[in-house]
Amino acid sequence: MLIVTCIKQVPDTTQVKIDPVTGNLIREGVPFIVNPFDTHALEESLRLKDKYGFHIAAISMGPPNTEFTLRKALSVGVDKAILLSDRVFGGADTLATSTVLAEAIKRLSQEEEVALVICGKQTIDGDTAQVGSGIATRLNYAQLTLVDKILSLDIKAKRITVRRKLEGYHEIVEAPLPALITVLREINHPRYPTVPMRLNAKETPITIWDNQFMKLQEESIGLKGSATQVRRIFSPERTKGEIVGNGTANPEEAAKLLIDKMVAKDIISV
Amino acid sequence: MSLSNWIFLIIFIIAITFFAWSFRKRFRLLALGKAENRSGSVLKRCWNVVMYPFLQRCAINPAYRFGINHAILFWCFMVLLISNAEFLLKGIFSAIDFARLPNGAYFTLSLIFDIVSILALLAVILAVVRRLFFAPRYLPARSKDAFVILSMIAALMLAFFFMNGAEIGQGIERASTYMPISGFFASAFMNGASKTTLEILAAIFWWIHAIVLLSFLNYLPYSKHMHILTSIPNVYLRNLDGVSLQPREEFKKGNAYGVGQVNQFTSKNLMDSYSCTECGRCSDMCPANATQKHLNPRVVIHDIKVNLLKNGPDLVAGKQATLPLIGGKKEGSIEEEVLWDCTTCGACTAVCPVFIEQYPRILDIRRHLVQMESRFPEELLNFFENMESRSNPWGIAPTDRAKWTTTVQTKPFEINETEYLFYVGCFGSFDARSKQITLANARIFNAAGISWGILGKDELCCGDSLRRLGNEFIFDTMAQKNVKMFKDKGVKKIITQCPHCYTTLKNDYRQYGLEVEVIHHTELIDQLIKSGKLKIDGKVDLGKVVFHDACYLGRYNQIYDAPRKTVALATGKSPVEMERNHERSFCCGAGGGRMWLEEKVGKGINIERVEQALTKEPQTICVSCPYCMTMFEDGLKTKKMEDKVQVLDVAEIVNRAMKQS
Repeated sequence: MLIVTCIKQVPDTTQVKIDPVTGNLIREGVPFIVNPFDTHALEESLRLKDKYGFHIAAISMGPPNTEFTLRKALSVGVDKAILLSDRVFGGADTLATSTVLAEAIKRLSQEEEVALVICGKQTIDGDTAQVGSGIATRLNYAQLTLVDKILSLDIKAKRITVRRKLEGYHEIVEAPLPALITVLREINHPRYPTVPMRLNAKETPITIWDNQFMKLQEESIGLKGSATQVRRIFSPERTKGEIVGNGTANPEEAAKLLIDKMVAKDIISV
Repeated sequence: MSLSNWIFLIIFIIAITFFAWSFRKRFRLLALGKAENRSGSVLKRCWNVVMYPFLQRCAINPAYRFGINHAILFWCFMVLLISNAEFLLKGIFSAIDFARLPNGAYFTLSLIFDIVSILALLAVILAVVRRLFFAPRYLPARSKDAFVILSMIAALMLAFFFMNGAEIGQGIERASTYMPISGFFASAFMNGASKTTLEILAAIFWWIHAIVLLSFLNYLPYSKHMHILTSIPNVYLRNLDGVSLQPREEFKKGNAYGVGQVNQFTSKNLMDSYSCTECGRCSDMCPANATQKHLNPRVVIHDIKVNLLKNGPDLVAGKQATLPLIGGKKEGSIEEEVLWDCTTCGACTAVCPVFIEQYPRILDIRRHLVQMESRFPEELLNFFENMESRSNPWGIAPTDRAKWTTTVQTKPFEINETEYLFYVGCFGSFDARSKQITLANARIFNAAGISWGILGKDELCCGDSLRRLGNEFIFDTMAQKNVKMFKDKGVKKIITQCPHCYTTLKNDYRQYGLEVEVIHHTELIDQLIKSGKLKIDGKVDLGKVVFHDACYLGRYNQIYDAPRKTVALATGKSPVEMERNHERSFCCGAGGGRMWLEEKVGKGINIERVEQALTKEPQTICVSCPYCMTMFEDGLKTKKMEDKVQVLDVAEIVNRAMKQS
């Protein structure tokens, strides 16, 4: 049985700068990283592989340089890496992206039965958390989002039980397989690749699927298949903050005022 | 040949054969290790053998006064080697006898052997008394091994005196007047005995002496006293560089990295373990051991030996090792915690009388754990990833590297134009406190009018911590990038302000073909003052200043005087020394990648060092390393002394002493 892990290569947001004049993101020279949430998705699939002996396929949609991210996945132990790359996939929003990813999973399931699709909760560039749900919808899989623990996985009975972490409480839910889960960072500590695995990953071929292979309708993918259009990217203007209490004279009082304010604004809950 | 000659000859042959068999059995295990080139510098190596074992510079150390006892015992052994050779030969061929020498020679030898034997006996008694009643903390004093050997030596000496005494009593010893101690034994214990009794006694003690001597020889390969056989070759093969460098690895498919099994060490590393006498000096010097951590460098070496002896025969036979080298709870297996306790301060190797390399073995195993098994304390995961993706420990955006330059005049390093590259380092670039040192240095360089420049946001981390933590793979790529950049930019001279960058660029990068002049700021400042380029007055009042030696500057690179002289010039008086200074300095706790690890067990190493400093009641602690700076400041905060004692880098002190012109 197969686990499909969806991963994305994102710009290292700590290194993204905003052009002070135009307010646009400066993308040139910004190094790429594997979306941090996806490293946890990878790790969870590897743990299931270690425990139950699944095969793992890592899939990623992106330009050819996404190879970097797929090699990282290979270096921690996924069995095959598939890059979904075609100019017509470009400019996709979450809807068009999930269409392509869902189609890829469908094709993979024709070769080997898919038990589980694992995604990160969201990416750190788009931050929408919609692609995972989109894939599940398109594939008609059960979707279990915001998972911080897999409680049980019964392959024979084809059922999975997970714990979802929601605002202030946990929810334990069960679903039939195949299912799609999106995971939180708390679910695990990603492993570090060993050197032999890294060297192996360098030589493992990466399969590239373009639209000639995928044969998706051009209206459903890329910019054309996107329901949303980006009009402008800018950094929100920050209004001047206020000084709460007197931190130097009475730090405890100031901390208390600050907490009250944050509770009032629903930034934190008690 | 008489019957007793024949009997002895048979016993002698059996004993020698058994010894040769044991010796071979142990030594062929050394061949399991990998080869390592320790040839070259033959004269220097021979000189070391003269100095250390033969003149006993190994044992004689002002910090360990009892070492003189070892020296006496050793020299006695050297002399008695002659006497015992004659003894054994005479046992087989009665014709070989010093008594056949002319009077002058025979009397002299007899006197020497008599005196030397009593000296040896006294040394043994002292050693026993010390072990029983005055054992220092670091010495595994009451080990069976030690007492077996000491008793054997004592038995040899006593048998010698009784045997000679019995011969003196019989009136057949013509050198009797030159054998005062044997004479004393004759009159004190055998006075009035009949000639027959004395003959029998002489024979009995002769046989006791003979049997103990041969047993002693045969016991050696099975005890820690194997050092008698291995320490001289071990000294000959010692590492002659100041720094114990880890070799580069070849990253190729199918290779293994580091040491996960005992036969992955080199033969020399394995011989180290045979050479340990368990004197415990390394344990005494180890900062981790002093603060109740799991690590005891002596035990690491001991475990390697036990592991080799246990697994060696199987490995020779082509079978699997049964006792794991890492992680087992048994003797001969090194606990994982132990391996992460080491700060790589080098105090163990610096103090070892027979040049055993303790901490480098820990690094060998770290390499295996990190690279082959991805097993390391979890807090290192972020560190490794930050280093790999952003080339600094905290994962700060590399573009922020030059942020410190806003308040001081700096220039980028220009090819063929700039003389010195100021390699600022991660701490100096990002850490708020260390940036003050960077600024002080920049002002000093500007005031001295030297030509210097920086790489700004192109600067990359040197990778020191990665290498010490065993992540050679990432270190390797970083080193290659840095060396290429230095070469491309035509860098000839590099100033560092961090001893870790210093030793990495100067020593480690030599393995990557970088041959440039690397200079630590304390050395440069010393030169600038000497040459008159930098004018300072000795009027900076910092109260009592104690000086702390950074391990990577001092023990690793023998820079001790430059910072002290500079501080003396800036403040008008020499800095106060701590109890542990120069090559005996006590680590701040941050080296070897420990900066990035939690210190969960025992007392904080930095707290211990701060307490050592505070016993001198200073107003200022002077350091020369940003790691030490951080550790001392944290330690002072914990001791709630941060308002009373300040920590300053040498550069900051000089900066304050600069004449405004």
